Amino acid sequence: MSLISVENVGFAYGTGRAVLEDISFQVPRGANVGLVGESGSGKSTLLRLLLGLETPQKGRILFDGAPLAARDKRFMRGYRTRVQAVFQDPYSSLNPAHRIQRIVTEPLRSLKVAGDHHKMAQAALEAVGLGPDILQRYPRQFSGGQRQRIAIARAIVARPELVLADEAVSALDLSTRVRVVDLFQSISQQMTMIFVSHDMGVVAALCDHMVVLDRGRIVEAGETRAILRNPQHAYTQSLLASIPRMPVPAQI
Amino acid sequence: MDEILRVRDLRLATVDKVLVEGLSFTLSRGERFGLIGESGSGKSLTSLAITGLLPDAIRASGQITLAGEEVVGAPERRLVGLRGNAVATVFQEPLTALDPLMPLGRQIAQPVRRRLLRQGLPATRPDITREVHTLMDQVRLPDPDRLMRAYPHQVSGGQRQRVAIAMALACQPKLLIADEPTTALDVTTQAEIVTLLRSLVTDLGISLLFISHDLAVVGQVAERVMVMRDGHMIEAGPADTVLTRPRDSYTQSLVAAAARFDAALEGDA
Ligand SMILES: Nc1ncnc2c1ncn2[C@@H]1O[C@H](COP(=O)(O)OP(=O)(O)OP(=O)(O)O)[C@@H](O)[C@H]1O
Ligand SMILES: Nc1ncnc2c1ncn2[C@@H]1O[C@H](COP(=O)(O)OP(=O)(O)OP(=O)(O)O)[C@@H](O)[C@H]1O
Ligand SMILES: [Mg+2]
Ligand SMILES: [Mg+2]
Repeated sequence: MSLISVENVGFAYGTGRAVLEDISFQVPRGANVGLVGESGSGKSTLLRLLLGLETPQKGRILFDGAPLAARDKRFMRGYRTRVQAVFQDPYSSLNPAHRIQRIVTEPLRSLKVAGDHHKMAQAALEAVGLGPDILQRYPRQFSGGQRQRIAIARAIVARPELVLADEAVSALDLSTRVRVVDLFQSISQQMTMIFVSHDMGVVAALCDHMVVLDRGRIVEAGETRAILRNPQHAYTQSLLASIPRMPVPAQI
Repeated sequence: MDEILRVRDLRLATVDKVLVEGLSFTLSRGERFGLIGESGSGKSLTSLAITGLLPDAIRASGQITLAGEEVVGAPERRLVGLRGNAVATVFQEPLTALDPLMPLGRQIAQPVRRRLLRQGLPATRPDITREVHTLMDQVRLPDPDRLMRAYPHQVSGGQRQRVAIAMALACQPKLLIADEPTTALDVTTQAEIVTLLRSLVTDLGISLLFISHDLAVVGQVAERVMVMRDGHMIEAGPADTVLTRPRDSYTQSLVAAAARFDAALEGDA
């Protein structure tokens, strides 16, 4: 059975025009799915629906066979312990008044995970390339990429079933990015991941399946390799054609 | 001399930690300069030091000369005059730079109005609104009527980033600092922004300090690049040379990582 099943979902903010229309896809347990598409196409909105922060006006979302009941407080409390997110703006998702120690151990506390929380937080931070000396500091004392890695450490520290990551590696230099992508790969067996990224190289390296959104609609979905090799839709074709490549050394 | 920025032996430190040390570089008028480096290496702090916006906990020493004025140790009122006039910045995290309680149209209108007045041009409401529309169009923001009235949290991440770019461009500064301005943008929009930056720099004679992790984009934007690690400059030179024949081992690892993701795209991973 799929861990996530999105069925004919339609959504608009308030009375505005539709932001998502007729969205359907399945995510098998343990899969890594890349979600790509132009800026404003609805990727973050789709993650908000999957998190239960917004409710679809049409269709429904099933998690592990049960419909996501965003208004049911008890259901949502249980759901939030199984799902973690890395948001697109790391700074606004880290409480500025809390030390890193408290921020990263928070999922462990709310899940009542047994064991030494301090050690687990330290291990999660080390996995993203951050030393233990940062635990007593505050979010504003870090660089953009360091904050992004703190948000990743918090998301994975309790080994949730599902991780929703919104541009989680975009602020990382390439060598750090390789490290974090390797980390995601090494834990991807135990976790299901939906990975929003503008970086097609990262999606290609990390996700076996991908979904392409264009103006709120799915225009293409399937195996990443097959889509990269032979994109069917005009939008996917132009997306792949405009990827900037490294300069090539001049021939001598 | 056509030098817009001179940084000499810059050192940035908190009470217990040195964050940047021995940093020197210059930028001439109209030049496009790229800054790359490891996460936490001091790129954003360097750009904040240039505009005198360092957090209180961090002290600067050394020299920063911006459009003929000394920045290090200058009183705040001198710096206010420089900001938005000699220099404008697109900050790394746009949400932190935008006012959460003000509609986006008004946020873009503020620097437009200041610049029109500075240039002695008419700054009536229709003049300003026209400018705001032009800027939104230049940065490829869709649906301008809705976005003008929207608040920052009501638009997408890439739309916020483009609002921040529009606000910096509205200043028509002598030096434009862009800190990761395209990270939240899909490749199609990114390509358009890169073209826009290049053409504005050429048309208006603006100098550009471009900070980015995307080596391919830096290669398209910058003529000269500097690589930072751990608060130090480790390599600098013409973009083509540094990105294709890096000498330092860290730069080599960056170029190798870029090649790995390029290979994944070709299906070789
Ligand atoms: N709270 C809101 N109220 C009204 N419209 C919104 C709101 N949030 C987002 N939108 C609009 O919905 C559309 C989709 O936004 P969304 O954030 O999902 O895009 P995205 O695909 O994540 O884009 P990006 O790549 O730029 O982050 C955009 O046009 C955006 O302006
Ligand atoms: N307010 C602060 N107090 C103490 N240290 C700070 C503060 N702000 C930043 N730092 C530290 O200074 C170093 C340089 O930070 P900076 O933001 O310049 O990095 P960066 O090169 O821009 O990195 P990134 O690519 O991740 O954005 C980092 O190690 C960071 O932890
Ligand atoms: Mg988004
Ligand atoms: Mg930075």
